[in-house]
Order: sequence, then structure tokens, then C-alpha cells
Amino acid sequence: MDIIISNASGRPIYEQIYAQIKNAVVSGELSAGDALPSIRALAKDLRISVITTKRAYDELERDGYINTVAGKGCYVAPKDLSLVRESQLVEIEQCMRRILELAGPLGLGRAELAEMFENLCS
Amino acid sequence: MNAIEIKGLCKSYPDFTLSDINLTLPQGAIMGLVGENGAGKSTTLRLIMNAIARDAGSVSVLGVDNQAPSFAALRQDIGVVLDEAYFPEVLTAADVGRVMAGTYRNWSTEQYQSCLSRFSLPEKKAFKDFSRGMKMKLAIAVALSHSPRLLILDEATSGLDPMMRDEILDIFNDFTREETHSILLSSHIVSDLEKICDYIAFIHRGKLLLCEEKDRLLEEYGVVHVRRGDYEALPEDAVIGRRETPYGAEALVRRDGVSSAFGVERTTLEDIILFMAKGER
Repeated sequence: MDIIISNASGRPIYEQIYAQIKNAVVSGELSAGDALPSIRALAKDLRISVITTKRAYDELERDGYINTVAGKGCYVAPKDLSLVRESQLVEIEQCMRRILELAGPLGLGRAELAEMFENLCS
Repeated sequence: MNAIEIKGLCKSYPDFTLSDINLTLPQGAIMGLVGENGAGKSTTLRLIMNAIARDAGSVSVLGVDNQAPSFAALRQDIGVVLDEAYFPEVLTAADVGRVMAGTYRNWSTEQYQSCLSRFSLPEKKAFKDFSRGMKMKLAIAVALSHSPRLLILDEATSGLDPMMRDEILDIFNDFTREETHSILLSSHIVSDLEKICDYIAFIHRGKLLLCEEKDRLLEEYGVVHVRRGDYEALPEDAVIGRRETPYGAEALVRRDGVSSAFGVERTTLEDIILFMAKGER
């Protein structure tokens, strides 16, 4: 699995790790039961902070992508399709919120936004 | 357990006062201590080792109060490198190894040999003929070779070339693969600290201005570039410091206090520290 940390992106490092491991899980690159590198090993190999790496793993676990077995390590959780779908829906919703935020100051109404969207789809 | 726990630490000299230092270094982490020359970094490190007596407060190292009798035995587990390394002038690196083998209970000749070759230190050259970089490397080799659980380093990377500094940082990074190993290092080369630290503590004129997780700092703060006239539009309590030029202004801000319309950019640890130090004046 490749994990690429970019300092220029302005995205918090824990988010970058979170997103890349999540993508690997969702895309099937990692399958259920696969062992993940330990927090410490990953942090030291990437030369990033242990705390930041832990934060990414904590969030992955909270969101159900990985499981931690005390004393053994972290593993990819059995894939729950409804969970994956749910998380994608949340992401779409966030993008839509962002559209509304951007549209507000421009005075774009619902109809105009819908039209833009129609044009995109066709 | 915390590797180092400092509460309300004070020390006064006729011309300098270190006041109310509180910081905690969790085990397994690396903390960088920054501050300008004379800010109190070395004083703090010496107080941690109880090399100088404190006026007030408490210091516990690896779970033991540093003024307790049992601290003497604990010194074996702490590798210390001060900003100027001294060994008797006529000794060679090999001699130093023999002396240390008689000094430290857990001395590892194997580890020492591997450090010497990794640092390309000559075994037969007398210490007086060492360059500053070589002296520093020898001191680090000694500190790493008695199986310490905690490293305390004062300006250990200053005076070394960028390649060697990077290699030393790699060694520190590897040292903390073991989760019981911790490091406290002071430096004014902020970029070095930015590379390896988990926590950053910033001492300015004897006061601790900051002690926080490095990545959180970089997430919390950002830089905005505005026209001088627009500066007032920034919420005052979100601005940490500012820098003006005839062409515009630059300000360090707390991201959560400023609208994203300002185009807050990622900042560096160096900028955070510079802006904060200036804001204090």
C-alpha cells in the first residue's frame, strides 16, 4: 500500500493518512483481516508524528474501517457495504453543503443551481 | 507513564529568571525545545538533570523525582549530550569506549562500534584533533551506547552539516521506534525540530509560551496575506502577530477565528515561533 504525505496540500496529515487507508479499504486493495503497519512503525517510516498517526488510526477505527486487537495490532475490518455507502453519502452531502456556501454570496437560487447540475449531468 | 513531568519549575539568577515552567513529555514521544539564545533552554535541561538545583516546582524523570536518592541510579538510563562535548584531549574514540564500558552498567560495545562506523568516526584519532561535528557525533555515540530510555540533547545538531543533521535525526527517529524510548532535544534549528518532533515547547525570555503537539499547531495556525487597508478586517483576537511591508501585511492567525475567504495559507513552525516571539515584545 502506498501512503503519500504532501506538505503542500494544506490538508492535515492525519486526514491524508485516514483518506488513503480508507480508500485502500473501500477499493478492495486491502481486504478484511489484512494487518496494517503498527502506529509506531508507520509513523517512523513516514517520519511523521506518532500522535498524528494514532489520530488517523483512531478515526479509522471509530468509522469502522479497521479493528484494533489489544497487544497484537490493527487489522482491516470486515467490509460492511452499508457502512461504506453511508460514508459516501455523508461525503456527497458535505460537498453539497459546500456548494450552498459558495452559492450564497453569489445570490444563486435553487433553480439556477439545479440547472447547472442538469447541464453537468447531460 | 511520562518520561518527563515538570510542574511550576522556577530558577532565578541575578540577571535571568526562569519562571513557572510546566511541561510533560509522554513516553515514546520526541519533544523539541525551541527558543532564542539565552531563553532558558539549557537551564531547563540542566534543571531536569538536577545538575543545578531548582528554586521551586517539581521535576520527575522516568517516574522518579530528580532530587530523590534513587535518581542517581536512574542516570544510567538517561543519555545526555550537552552543547559542548568534552572528553579528555588525549583520548581516542576507542579509549572513550573503554572508559565508558567501566562507567555504564548497560554499555554495549557492539552498539558503540556500529555508531562509530555509522558516523565515520576514526578510532585512533585523539579527541583534541576532532572537529566540532566529530565531537558532537562522539558524544551522541556515547549517549546511544549505554541503552538509555531517555535522551536529553542540548543543541545536538548545531554545527553539523545538513547531511549529517539529517542522519542524526534519522537515528533519533529510529531510537523512538521502541515505545518506551523518549527524547527531549533543544535546538534553534527549527526545521530540524519540525522534521522529527511530536511536541514543541517554546521558551522565550524564561517563560514557556507554548507546549503543544506539532501537527496540531500547524493545523491551528495559518498565515494570511492582506492589503494594509484590509488588515483591520481581521478579527483582532485571532491575530497572533503581524508583519508589514510597504506593499501589504502578513499576519499569523488562528484558523478557527478567521473566515476562509481570507485565503489562510499553511504556515511553518518557524513562522509561528517568530510571530509569537515578536508579539511578546
